[in-house]
Amino acid sequence: MAEPILSVRDLKTQFFGPEGVVRAVDGVDFDVFEGRTLGVVGESGCGKSVTARSVLGIVDRPGRVVGGSIMLRPAKGGPAVDLAKLSNEEMRRYRGPEIALVFQEPMASFSQHYTIGNQISEGIKLHMGLDERAAKKRAIELLDMVGVPQPARRVDDYPFQLSGGLRQRVMIAMALSCDPRVLIADEPTTALDVTTQAQILDLLRSLQAQRGLAIILITHDMGVIAEMAHDVSVMYLGRAVESGSVQEIFNRPQHPYTRALLKSIPTVLAKPRTRLPTIAGSIPHPFNRPRGCAYHPRCAEMIGAVCAGAEPPPVDTPDGRQVRCFLHGGREAAEAEMAGAKA
Amino acid sequence: MSDGVSETILEVRDLKKYFPIRRGLLRRVVGQVKAVDGVSFSIRRGETLALVGESGCGKTTAARCILRAYVPTAGAIRFKVEGREVDLAGLRRRELRPLRRHIQMVFQDPYSSLNPRMVVGDIIGEPLLINGMSDAAARRRRVAELMELVQLPAAYYNRFPHAFSGGQRQRIGIARALSLNPSLIVADEPVSALDVSVQAQILNLMLDLQDQLGLTYLFVAHDLSVVKHVSDRVAVMYVGRIVELAETEALFDRPLHPYTEALLSAAPTPVPGAVSNRIVLEREIADPANPPPGCAFHPRCRYAIDICRNVLPELQEAEPGRLVACHRAKELALAGVGSAEHVVA
Repeated sequence: MAEPILSVRDLKTQFFGPEGVVRAVDGVDFDVFEGRTLGVVGESGCGKSVTARSVLGIVDRPGRVVGGSIMLRPAKGGPAVDLAKLSNEEMRRYRGPEIALVFQEPMASFSQHYTIGNQISEGIKLHMGLDERAAKKRAIELLDMVGVPQPARRVDDYPFQLSGGLRQRVMIAMALSCDPRVLIADEPTTALDVTTQAQILDLLRSLQAQRGLAIILITHDMGVIAEMAHDVSVMYLGRAVESGSVQEIFNRPQHPYTRALLKSIPTVLAKPRTRLPTIAGSIPHPFNRPRGCAYHPRCAEMIGAVCAGAEPPPVDTPDGRQVRCFLHGGREAAEAEMAGAKA
Repeated sequence: MSDGVSETILEVRDLKKYFPIRRGLLRRVVGQVKAVDGVSFSIRRGETLALVGESGCGKTTAARCILRAYVPTAGAIRFKVEGREVDLAGLRRRELRPLRRHIQMVFQDPYSSLNPRMVVGDIIGEPLLINGMSDAAARRRRVAELMELVQLPAAYYNRFPHAFSGGQRQRIGIARALSLNPSLIVADEPVSALDVSVQAQILNLMLDLQDQLGLTYLFVAHDLSVVKHVSDRVAVMYVGRIVELAETEALFDRPLHPYTEALLSAAPTPVPGAVSNRIVLEREIADPANPPPGCAFHPRCRYAIDICRNVLPELQEAEPGRLVACHRAKELALAGVGSAEHVVA
């Protein structure tokens, strides 16, 4: 496979609150390739959104990236840049032209006081050096591209004049305004109706095909992941517990959490009135992160003391994926270390 | 569940709820939002009827009319209670009060629907107190019983809601709804605010409680996959009207209305590569303040013909137990999603 556009290694983002430190992202690795979609999936508190914000350098205080690297291969060639090391000022040059973000809540992410045309052209003027008229022309082209009807008229609308689906299209137009190569979409369809969701997912797919966009799609919805992603990373409490191709993850899940999660999803394909297999308990509060493997208190396949005592290392399996679970390796080393610590 | 012999507990006939649109200094009425525009269905004792549709279709408004949180504009809501039949639509507040205990609600958001200043035991016991169970010890016993029913440890009696996870809060909400042995429970999106792994727990709990206590549910939801797991029959709504009503399996296997077909097709499934023949609807949901003439779905319908643009289709029996409001229902062969024993590995 080609070289990745974006390579994240051992990313760690923590929040420093008065009650202690929350390790929201605790050692995440992934690669993003041109023309492919990486799906990052997990339940609330797994750190998927903070991962996205870390890549863009927009983690809200009191959080900050405390470790790891975010290597971006610039479009014009040259050596890769580590976004994690850049100052806020330097980061601005990459946000927009290289990496852009589509948020979940289109209503909350727009200013209510400016027209959508104004908001789209702001970035265009800044990054591409176009004047007012050229920027507006480009804004209209972008609206047309994302399927907003009558773009020349709509460009002067305010966000509240648009439906949820249209607002999300405008949000995508804004993200694409400076021709980024990586698009991060954080729950882009969660607030939308299912038929509108189908439209937006369709749009993202066709934009990817046209422009070779690399997409990081963040969602809690396994159905959306199955439909959109080429590669998948399943997260639980700040870590990627399993990563691999979409086929492998859905057809042969290896981590007990992935397996349990897939079984517990309601689907339109099920027999009516069937009970679902469940995962025991609930997601722990980030302050009470369990020792050892964070999933062990809920795990149906727990091996024993090792799961509660040591963190499973990432293990590369023969079929090309990465799993963090002692069922798949790393047990002997961890047990030896635990024995050593006791002695 | 729905074996056809159980009696009808609730019958809704031609229910309408219009909201006036007011403009100008004099707040003159310039139009109506027809949120619910002639909805009819019935619920049998012990079954789950799901009311599904996208935002703005009127499903929540219809549910709120049944709870009489709204005063319906027109129509009848005939409810069997204490051996007689009353029309909830026409009752005044004072007449409604003694009947309210028989219809209880489970809310969508377990975070905002519980009073943060009350302990869990008091939240669950409040309906008992209001309805005359003044003996504190008896109330405490009943609350303990209810907590056991929804699988909450009795030791949590004195805790405040903030100490609970979303799933546990929803259990508290269900316990409260059950406290007065209601004959009908209206659940409005009871699992849509929960994480997937917790969603399954609550859906299973609702199924178990139904078997155990013979509960009747009106289940309002937008998520067809959730609906398939809990309901006996499904009514699909679009812009204020029911467009199709059928037994769950029949509806998913072989929809009769093009909108149902599109909804089923748009539902994401956890099967990679399953998306190939998706129907992506053009345009947006019609505005209930200004619905298109004829069938409200015609501007988005790929099967629409002339009559669809001019004549409103009535909800009619297409087959025994199946209702559909489509001029072309008889001639179209629409695609469903089927039902499989095991979907994922």
